[in-house]
Amino acid sequence: MNAFVSQLLAGLATGGIYASLALALVVIYRSTHHVNFAQGEMAMFATFITALLIEAGWPYWAAFFATLVIAFAMGAVIEALLIRRLRTAPVLSIVVVFVALLVILHSLAGWLFGYAIRPFPSPFAETSWYGGSLLSPHQVGAIAVTFLMLALVYVFFRFSPLGLCMRATAENPVSSRLVGVRVNRMLALGWGLAGAIGAVAGMMIAPVVFLDVHMMSGVLLYAFAAAVLGGIGSAPGAVAGGFIVGVLENMLGTYVVGPELKLSVALVLIIGVLVVRPDGLFGKAVVVRV
Amino acid sequence: MSPQGRPEGEYRRAQHEGSPVSEVLLDVRGLEASYGATRALFGIDLQVAAGSITALLGANGAGKTTTLRALCGLIRRKGQVTLAGQRIDGMATEEIVRLGVAHVPDGRGTFTGLTTEENLRMGASTRRDRAGVHADFERFYEYFPRLKERRHQQAGTLSGGEQQMLAIARALMLRPRLLLMDEPSFGLAPLMVQDIFRIMRRIREEQNVAILLVEQNAALALELADTAYLLETGHVVLSGPATTVRSNDAIRTAYLGAVEAAA
Amino acid sequence: MSAHGHSNALIPERAARRLGPVSMRRRGFIAAGLLVACVLPFMLPSYMLFQLTMVMAYALALLGLNLLTGFNGQISLGHGAFFALGAYAAAMLIELAGWPYWATLPAAALLGGVVGYLFGRPALKLDGVYLALATFALGVVTPQLLKYKGLEPWTGGSQGIVLDKPDAPFGLPLNADQWLYFFGLAVVLLMFLVAHNLLRGAIGQSLIAVRDHPIAAEAMGIDKARVKSITFGISALYTSVGGALSAVAVQFVAPDSFTVFLSISLLVGAVVGGLSSLSGALYGAVFIQFVPAFAEQVSKAAPWAVYGAILLVLMLVWPTGVAGGVARLQSWITSRSTS
Repeated sequence: MNAFVSQLLAGLATGGIYASLALALVVIYRSTHHVNFAQGEMAMFATFITALLIEAGWPYWAAFFATLVIAFAMGAVIEALLIRRLRTAPVLSIVVVFVALLVILHSLAGWLFGYAIRPFPSPFAETSWYGGSLLSPHQVGAIAVTFLMLALVYVFFRFSPLGLCMRATAENPVSSRLVGVRVNRMLALGWGLAGAIGAVAGMMIAPVVFLDVHMMSGVLLYAFAAAVLGGIGSAPGAVAGGFIVGVLENMLGTYVVGPELKLSVALVLIIGVLVVRPDGLFGKAVVVRV
Repeated sequence: MSPQGRPEGEYRRAQHEGSPVSEVLLDVRGLEASYGATRALFGIDLQVAAGSITALLGANGAGKTTTLRALCGLIRRKGQVTLAGQRIDGMATEEIVRLGVAHVPDGRGTFTGLTTEENLRMGASTRRDRAGVHADFERFYEYFPRLKERRHQQAGTLSGGEQQMLAIARALMLRPRLLLMDEPSFGLAPLMVQDIFRIMRRIREEQNVAILLVEQNAALALELADTAYLLETGHVVLSGPATTVRSNDAIRTAYLGAVEAAA
Repeated sequence: MSAHGHSNALIPERAARRLGPVSMRRRGFIAAGLLVACVLPFMLPSYMLFQLTMVMAYALALLGLNLLTGFNGQISLGHGAFFALGAYAAAMLIELAGWPYWATLPAAALLGGVVGYLFGRPALKLDGVYLALATFALGVVTPQLLKYKGLEPWTGGSQGIVLDKPDAPFGLPLNADQWLYFFGLAVVLLMFLVAHNLLRGAIGQSLIAVRDHPIAAEAMGIDKARVKSITFGISALYTSVGGALSAVAVQFVAPDSFTVFLSISLLVGAVVGGLSSLSGALYGAVFIQFVPAFAEQVSKAAPWAVYGAILLVLMLVWPTGVAGGVARLQSWITSRSTS
């Protein structure tokens, strides 16, 4: 029983990380209606930047927040230079560009930072008061960070005027222009936010799996499964999805399919949910009266 | 030569007869527009006086919607467009809007995924005066009580008429100087259309907004408007005060179907 | 979300029209090319023949991807899985069941076709980005599936399977590489011919119709679901045969050769070569066989940076790929000669 509970909690802990990356995916989707295949690599790249800053002597939190700013800027620049041109492009072109972005970031990271695996510090010290026998302080901290980001994102999109503008822009850029919204800024903002959120996700996972260029490829898939499960337009959905995927992955991996096939759980989830219930558990279908 | 063989000059004169001289808000000269390689407008001249209602008439494909889109910068255009003395023909759509030009597009352009109230709030998104916005909310819920009933409902579930009202209200939330309306009567039941036109009259009276109205329903538009322009395949072929245009043979021919041999 | 409804710069207009009979001029080019191809094995060293055989294997794989993505508009980021399927099928049949190498290709074709069709059935509900997502997942998962401990007795686990290179039959005076080259050439010719006829026939027209005008196609009685899953099956079939050929040529299969980056390579090859074009598969195959080798001499990271940069350039500047460029060149030549 104790083993079961600890597996469950471990699943929640990894689930929190999937949830964070899924949040970034949702933010991009909500603001641009795009699925960002390169989200994992963006997060990985940002985490490397933090590692470099820390190695250069910066204190953790200084490096953390500096990276958030840099990741925000990176996201905004990528949107302005690349994604903006995809406004009227067919789906195939869009997917190709995202894949290209994935590949470029991956190789750029390899070239700049090398392929060696390196450790990454956690801001949640081993001896903290939270955490105990079942969950380490880092796991508790990571889950808390996930919920904090969820709260911020949710409140932002639902209640703030800027969030409303971003939602409107994603849904109908032309109409948004017609009410005076500077659409280009909204899109860049969305990407910037997603970049920053992804960076946080990267910094939460790196202490666990160690930092290297391949760090995010598996996580990205789980994050996709989480976003699809929860509904790719829903922030709370994605987070719930993340936890569910984390637990499922751990439980199925330990008791049913064995550790090697864990990723297949994500595959089955993705296809299954998309086919059976494309809006996910919490996504709301938009009704359009013809 | 214009239709019915009348010399050009008579049309120009007709424009200034009988109407009081008021400040020209929108001045358009030689407006050309194209969709990709296809030209749609071939040099439109028109003027909208402040606080007046101007009708833009014509059959399907005449270029009415294209004119509105060109004015807003939604399509590629050339020519001179001046709003209260300021050139806007090179500006981006959102900047033109911020100068006080609101566009109710054909198809309404409502944010179907947002609620009614969120749609209205989007209309006011460029305004900074919270009290004024609040007052406008009250006012437009009074003009359009149905919208108030459905304020938290998803806009995509509203009926056609309600969405039209929502689109108009959203445009008005901008507190525009100029309102461009594209076929507000399209697809609506006659009673609904009367409602909307009544509201437009009220808006003009209470808010001193200039309206440039594109309508296929010429009779209705001419009843409401002060001035009218008739478009045919991208050209202005007739213009003048609404009363003059209404009694014009060309209009009667076009809309009553009688074929008259051109002199 | 739908993949349809926009004019697609990556898929040229002319390909949307009926694939006509091959012109005399074109036949001339192809005959000349064939002649050169037959002479090459006696002029080139063995390792180059091996590379050319790999080009053929990739060409088959890309033909499969082209059929799906170019001609039918369904995006796949996971075709490496079918390539792996064929490769492992061939390896296992040779190693465990003692099959002759040439028989494994039809087996791989059958397996690929069936698995592709089965995958296509649920996947056909997905359009555009969501299909890309689902196939991306497939591509990522493939190495894990291949390493699965439960299948190890058959798949060889992480170590993979090692094969022997087949010798020329009937005592022909060819070395193993030369023989394999001709074998591959014959397979490629056959399968390209089949594809060409397929596309000109009813199935081909249905494919293209479903891509370009799905609603009209349905209104005309084309069963969109069936067409899409059949296309998936045919596409997987071709890619699987390519995989089988590659296994025989490389003499080795292992899970880490079939990561999602293989799927991405195939996509790159298809886009670079030119979607919606049979010859595009050939150009793309040459690209993905030779470019990484050159790029790697610059740096380990370079091949992928090159891929990414080229994809972006193609997207923005030259969407029709090499095949489009060649077509333009051909029509330029034709117009020069007739003026």
